[in-house]
Amino acid sequence: MAEAPYRHLLEVRDLTVEFHTSVGTIRAVDGISYHVDRGETLAILGESGSGKSVEAAAILNLIDTPPGYITGGEILYHGEDLLQMSAEQRREINGRQIAMIFQDTLAHLNPVYSVGWQIAETFRAHNQCSPSEAETRAIELLGRVGIPDPQMRAGQYPHQFSGGQRQRVMIAMALALEPDLLIADEPTTALDVTVQAQILDLLKRLQTEEGMGVVLITHDLGVAADMADRIAVMHSGKIVEQGTVEQVFRDPQHSYTQRLMNAIPGRVEDPDHEAPDIEAAPPLLQVHDVVKHYEVTSGLLRRSTGQVVRAVDGVTFDLAAGETLGVVGESGSGKSTLGRTILRLEEPTGGTITYRSHDLLALSGADLLAFRRKVQVVFQDPYSSLNPRMSVAAIVSEPWSIHRDVVPRREWNDRVIDLLERVGLQPDHARRYPHQFSGGQRQRIAIARALALQPELIVCDEAVSALDVSIQAQVIELLAELRDEMGLAYIFIAHDLHVVEHFADRVLVMQAGRIVEQGTSAQIFAAPKHSYTQALLAASPVPDPAVQAERRRNSLTPAIAS
Amino acid sequence: MGQYISRRSVHGLVSLIGLLILVFFLSRLTGDPTNLFLPLDASVETRQEFAERHGFNDPLLVQFGRYIGDLAQFDFGTSLRQQRPAMDAALEAFPTTLKLAAVTMFLAISLALIVGALAAYRPGGRFDRTASVISLAGASAPDFWVAIVGILVFAVSLRWLPTSGTGTWLHWIMPITVLLIRPFGLLVQVVRGTMISALSSAYVKTARAKGVKERVIIFVHALRNSTLPVITVAGDQAAAIVNGAVIVETIFGWPGIGRLMIDSIIQRDFAIVQATVLLTAVAIFVMNIVIDVAYAVLDPRIRHN
Repeated sequence: MAEAPYRHLLEVRDLTVEFHTSVGTIRAVDGISYHVDRGETLAILGESGSGKSVEAAAILNLIDTPPGYITGGEILYHGEDLLQMSAEQRREINGRQIAMIFQDTLAHLNPVYSVGWQIAETFRAHNQCSPSEAETRAIELLGRVGIPDPQMRAGQYPHQFSGGQRQRVMIAMALALEPDLLIADEPTTALDVTVQAQILDLLKRLQTEEGMGVVLITHDLGVAADMADRIAVMHSGKIVEQGTVEQVFRDPQHSYTQRLMNAIPGRVEDPDHEAPDIEAAPPLLQVHDVVKHYEVTSGLLRRSTGQVVRAVDGVTFDLAAGETLGVVGESGSGKSTLGRTILRLEEPTGGTITYRSHDLLALSGADLLAFRRKVQVVFQDPYSSLNPRMSVAAIVSEPWSIHRDVVPRREWNDRVIDLLERVGLQPDHARRYPHQFSGGQRQRIAIARALALQPELIVCDEAVSALDVSIQAQVIELLAELRDEMGLAYIFIAHDLHVVEHFADRVLVMQAGRIVEQGTSAQIFAAPKHSYTQALLAASPVPDPAVQAERRRNSLTPAIAS
Repeated sequence: MGQYISRRSVHGLVSLIGLLILVFFLSRLTGDPTNLFLPLDASVETRQEFAERHGFNDPLLVQFGRYIGDLAQFDFGTSLRQQRPAMDAALEAFPTTLKLAAVTMFLAISLALIVGALAAYRPGGRFDRTASVISLAGASAPDFWVAIVGILVFAVSLRWLPTSGTGTWLHWIMPITVLLIRPFGLLVQVVRGTMISALSSAYVKTARAKGVKERVIIFVHALRNSTLPVITVAGDQAAAIVNGAVIVETIFGWPGIGRLMIDSIIQRDFAIVQATVLLTAVAIFVMNIVIDVAYAVLDPRIRHN
């Protein structure tokens, strides 16, 4: 396509999008203006609910009407207002001149068609070439985005690809017709850090080759610092600040941006907390050579095929009372299985676990019940771990109906209110239901439920991973406070290294079921010894554009196959 | 894939055996056929001789053992009433029912897919509201009533269509229409529901972002994902018809397996009851395997699991 005389590739002016809901009209996007030029990356930075994804959907005419309506503004593409065009004109622009990649790739690829077919569809939709040529070009594209053996993989289906590979497929699909503008909506959010680094590399390389303009929608300050030339910060449907990446990171003007920059998780200032001495007292929990293997079965009688998946493969560590242990690893590292084994939600294949010098694996009946009272859990997804049909009061008091001797029934109401206040909620929240709360609030409810039995140890399985950064920081702060007040020990399982950096006393790094490195947080972060820990740290983008630019120059990003 | 089918076959075989046992003993609960077959004034000796000849005096377990032994040699028993192999009678009636079921289900599924998909495209629109009312009414209409009213209006008053029997294509219209109403109504509801969720799915968004035409989005992307629940419900409905559309076949004098079954139950012609049940059970068993295969063909996630 010939270079248009208009100044900007894309210019959005005073765009307003409203949603008509049962509780009234919500202005999801409220008069925002920005522009992107060729070869440039604009990051739109915002937390969930800020309207950043709705804004992106508007460019591609993807807003569901009803309930969403664009009530004002212009979206100028090469100076022409997309909003004045017919649906057919916009369909022709979609995929050919403006393309988009999405976050949840498993949901965004059609499960019943092969990936080759889906990539070739971009050509077919715009009648760019014959069907057989479309297939050949789809295979070429797969190779170009770094999928090995593209000829064979083109015939496979989305569920046969890993998350990182699916995002590569998505990118191939979007770049098929060499669009001028790419909109990337949280393209790496669900991915492991090392895979994220590869995808960001790929995007950067393709952008340089094609000279595309990129609108990168993200909540991750590190990704924004790494990728963006300019940044627009969105909050409650408005762009509160815009500028070059250096300006926004070095000298944020708006109070929201300043808060966001300070809310980088892990930066918990907790001077009251001292790491307990592991040598001094007998440990609270001793895990020795724990192994969890899953047998792969097949056939009519589900006979074992002799193959085993070594989810946890010989893990040994101690945990002192009142200690916070971070367990870090990527998906498939066995960190969650380890957590579930310690909770006795899974029976280990081998090894021993001792809790206060009792053999945990031999417990049953009343002893097991007593153990369950002392060890509680907070899960990742605050949407599915709370029963939607139970009020908050019922959720928080449920443990007492199982462990009957903890709190007499007439005191339940008062104790629920105590607990809610302790986790930073209001007493009148007790009567409400989970759907009436935000993600961060729900996680507070889950913490209140865990505290109800006055445990000694709480296993937090990715407890803040689903939350926005500023909320993450708040929840971690709460956990740190509770630790100091109640002497709690935590096993804090996370895929994000920076979350545990300042919060954990000690850190275990897991890879493929084994502990590859352990030490105090300071040791791990200042001087990682194992190459995998080094790779993890290097792959995780830091929210500092200067550091990221330096890294890109040195190309420190490791190449670990996804 | 082969493994998948063989596993399903074993499951099917186990339920088939269970069904045979159940039908054998339950039909014996309806009473002694001797009294029905012999004239009221038949002597005790004649009755005794009749029961002895047909083995009705043996203990039930012995009778059952004999039945299973015969089955193993593909002997399905002899009809008391018709004095010929029971399976012959069943096989004679079955194709008529199968044809009726095939035509009905083909029409019901095709119509429901089109109507349901179009209704789902604009939920709450005029077409959707009309389709919802019609399909709900269809799904809840009692078929015997529709059949009788149909005969009254189109056969008796208007004289457009024959009241019953087979022969010309005109004979097909009323039985098919009556049989069609319920599966069509149900299927429209199912297609509409699954299509609405498919059309608001993430992969449809991706297709729109690629610039795929709406027609392709509805009929290629969304519809294929919606077919699985549709097949399940359609299979259920088809099974009901194959099992003998007893009421409709009786009302329209349709010489199918349903009418044969009900007649033999009334006459305590156990051999035919057992033969018809066995035949329809095998047919439904085969159909279920076909449905399982269809699942695997339509959804690669099932194929690879």
